[in-house]
Amino acid sequence: MKELICIACPRGCHLQVNEETFEVKGNTCPRGAVYGVNEIKNPVRVITSTVKIKGSDINRLPVKTDKAIAKGLMFDVIKLLDDVVVTSPVNIGDVILENILGTDVNIVACKKM
Amino acid sequence: MNKHDLVIIGGGPAGLSAAYEAYQAGVEDILIIERDNTLGGILNQCIHNGFGLHRFKEELTGPEYAGRFIEMVNKTNVQVKSNSMVIHLTNDKQVHYVNKDEGYQVCQAKAVILAMGCRERTRGAISIPGDRCAGIFTAGACQKYVNMDGYLVGKRVVILGSGDIGLIMARRMTLEGAKVLAVCELMPYSNGLNRNIVQCLNDFDIPLYLSHTVTDIIESDGRVSKVIVSKVDDKLKPIKGSEIEFDCDTLLLSVGLIPENELSKEAGIVIDRRTNGPVVYENMETSIEGVFACGNVLHVHDLVDYVSQEAAKAGVSAAKYILHDKKDKGRLIKLTNGNLIGYTVPQKVRLDNVDDSLGIFFRVRSVMEKKRIVVRSNDKVIYKVMKLHLAPSEMENIKLTKEQLQDCGDEIVIAVED
Amino acid sequence: MKYNVAIIGAGITGTAIAFELSKYDINVCLIEANNDVAMATTKANSGIVHAGYDPLPGTNMARLNVLGNKMYEELAPKLNVHYKKIGSLVIGRNEENRKLIETLYERGIKNGVPGMKILSKEEVRELEPNIQDDVDCALYAPSAGIVSPWEMALALAENAVRNGVDIKLSTKVVEINKVDGVFQIITNKKMIEADYVINAAGLYADEVYKMVLNDNDLKAKSFKIVPVKGEYYLLDKTQGKLANHVVFQTPNELGKGVLVSPTVHGNLIVGPNASYSARSKNDVSNTSEAFDYVRVASSISIKDISFRDNIRNFAGVRATIPGLDDFIIEESPYVKGFINFGGIKSPGLTAAPAFGLEAVELLRKCGASLNKKVDWDILPLPKFYKDMTKEEINQKIKENPQYGQIICRCETVSEGEIVDALHRPFVVNSIDGIKRRTNAGMGRCQGGFCGPKVLEIIKRELHIKADEVLQDKEGSNIVLSYTKGGKDDE
Repeated sequence: MKELICIACPRGCHLQVNEETFEVKGNTCPRGAVYGVNEIKNPVRVITSTVKIKGSDINRLPVKTDKAIAKGLMFDVIKLLDDVVVTSPVNIGDVILENILGTDVNIVACKKM
Repeated sequence: MNKHDLVIIGGGPAGLSAAYEAYQAGVEDILIIERDNTLGGILNQCIHNGFGLHRFKEELTGPEYAGRFIEMVNKTNVQVKSNSMVIHLTNDKQVHYVNKDEGYQVCQAKAVILAMGCRERTRGAISIPGDRCAGIFTAGACQKYVNMDGYLVGKRVVILGSGDIGLIMARRMTLEGAKVLAVCELMPYSNGLNRNIVQCLNDFDIPLYLSHTVTDIIESDGRVSKVIVSKVDDKLKPIKGSEIEFDCDTLLLSVGLIPENELSKEAGIVIDRRTNGPVVYENMETSIEGVFACGNVLHVHDLVDYVSQEAAKAGVSAAKYILHDKKDKGRLIKLTNGNLIGYTVPQKVRLDNVDDSLGIFFRVRSVMEKKRIVVRSNDKVIYKVMKLHLAPSEMENIKLTKEQLQDCGDEIVIAVED
Repeated sequence: MKYNVAIIGAGITGTAIAFELSKYDINVCLIEANNDVAMATTKANSGIVHAGYDPLPGTNMARLNVLGNKMYEELAPKLNVHYKKIGSLVIGRNEENRKLIETLYERGIKNGVPGMKILSKEEVRELEPNIQDDVDCALYAPSAGIVSPWEMALALAENAVRNGVDIKLSTKVVEINKVDGVFQIITNKKMIEADYVINAAGLYADEVYKMVLNDNDLKAKSFKIVPVKGEYYLLDKTQGKLANHVVFQTPNELGKGVLVSPTVHGNLIVGPNASYSARSKNDVSNTSEAFDYVRVASSISIKDISFRDNIRNFAGVRATIPGLDDFIIEESPYVKGFINFGGIKSPGLTAAPAFGLEAVELLRKCGASLNKKVDWDILPLPKFYKDMTKEEINQKIKENPQYGQIICRCETVSEGEIVDALHRPFVVNSIDGIKRRTNAGMGRCQGGFCGPKVLEIIKRELHIKADEVLQDKEGSNIVLSYTKGGKDDE
């Protein structure tokens, strides 16, 4: 039995996950059950960061992974962003990097700039 | 003097939501005055995700959440003056502002919504001893530097305070290549959301020192070189001999937020010392008729979704005031803080002005498990609910129906009970 | 180039002397080790223009305090330095205090302090409604006032420079030799030569003096300065009206006690303690012991000060010569042409304008020939936004739209004012330098919101990189590197 705090929403439910049967207790919504199982099998996170942007009065464009990505890849994703320079105009949802690290996850813009 | 039906001071999440809802409720002449060059307020620098689960049923980053509302407001005829600073507010609803294009203007409003947000408590507010040098930032200022300007303002970092911004910045600084050595929290419990402890600290093995505070800052050549952290006793006093020394170049402070009510005070609006925001009625109206308040200027929220919800109510109320105000709003009921309740918003209710139900936001004063929230009037229980977990960092809310309120006397007491 | 006069130290003493000497047809150089003026004792004190009843009659302190106090009334408005003549009270609560107050009154009379009065219990309450209940008398001195000390030093220095004085910032004096009647001042930069040297080095005046004393006996006998630290609370403007006057307690052997006073910008200042445990002459750290002391001590003057509305603590160091209750102002008896202003602690800020006159007098005695210039004039500091009328603000914005962009929300400081501060006679690349010139960042958020904006303006106006902008002194860089492997994105 593994004790976890759910991060699916700000409520932060205390979960108990059976590591063999993947049964989840303590969740108050279905998202919690999914999180509990994922966190044991393959923990994932949505990663948010920035990239350089030209042509705006602000130096950095906020970006995120459009899906959760394996937690272990966090720093590899961040490193990829070092080489990116975008030029305004950019819209929310614009794909900045496609299929990063061989996953089907994209880096997308979070702000209209 | 120019005139507007509704002037909203501040174009952050509260101001945007209030403007949108007031417009939907039929007010056409609405002006948002925003001090920054873009709408969205502090959300623009909150690039992490987790916003919008209540409001949009999906997880958004701060700029995305703001973007949704900006788009909604852009589709209305709400006017926006950006790069414009309100410098005075009078009790007869004259709004003085300045900007580059118009100079110093005075604008007469029929109704005003206060949505100025909050500011961070600083080193001075908590009197941290030690050298005064570069490398000491509030977490929010650091967030602006790192997320918007692209400046890394620290490489070896200690964070004081486990409020959400501090936790979020621990992760941000780590991802940007800094080493976060410790997060220290004066209280025996964290002041941030549990999920942030998990995904901002535990994910990166950043230690959280509960019941610890900064007791000295040592400078070397103008910049922080060491931060000394001590354990505190149950009276929150540092314990001699418990010092831990961290070699670092930066100290971030995440030690609380204060609603920014200088304009409200200038106008003579009554302020609640517990929330540091205006005392409001059921409809978010302050002690000055036709002046409403919402969002972090009213009380500090931990979720922007609730800010939007509260601001929507202020927007609708302002619309009602402008379009068809009833002078008599009915019997006055006072909300009183009972056992272990820190504050409530609203603080006062006028019965006839409640539509179907009244939502009450409140905070408790300590961390508790399995307690009841009990609402009483004239010693009669009118509402109760069981809570598995209560903490000062987590805003609670309950809803009372109009029928329940009608049964009440002139005072309602909200309390935590076994 | 050889100067007629070199002044070492650009605190309030050095800047006041430079200002006065700029009226004369001589070449003057003002040398400062820090990167701005007013960087030590001058920027961290109570900001009081004392009436002059404290110093013992017959001392330099007594004479120059009363003279300086009078000079402020005319000089501060001319320079547009924030100054208010609000009067002071020394409060007493028992017979012992009353006796001391009577002594101060008599001293004040001898020193020439105008308008003093010993107030009854009721009269004190009329002037100070929030005074503690057991206060039953007070010495009232209407000529006392409050001033912004760094504004004063800046105004004096800027006007000195406009009128021909050379200012050399970040220039640390390391050695002084007298060769053929000329002083050769060796610094971390170029050597500076001068006929006369005025030592206004504040906390370091003893060390500077020793540089010209060849004889070890003389060095041993020369004055020695000990740092005495004082710590303060500066509270939000919500607390600024708790006191209407400078409220002192009866003095003790450590100083004038803890004072409570409004500041010229509407805050409340509370402090200082007096501690001999400073680690060094530049130890301006705060300690929890002093916090506790100041909070408790101030509560016996004024009721209900809300320390949760504190916005900043700071500490200053007084240049104290143990056992001497006077300033040393004289030509060195051993080194001709070397003039000491030693042991300048309180009331040095008050006496500063008079120091200028003293310096002129002493230089003449040394044989310097000083003739007034014809083209000397004063340019006041720019008016703060919050001191302008609506019409004045509109006029300013019309002339320059940058005055319509507010950068510091707490103190209402516009971009125009900050840009102007970066194009004055001498310029600093620090956020705190801008704070001292414009008040940006002085308010309740302590620069949390405007700091990043001020940094951008400094960067833009001075054409420097973000990592070259300082918080305050040399080495106090804010930006350590750039995210995303970036360089400064210009």
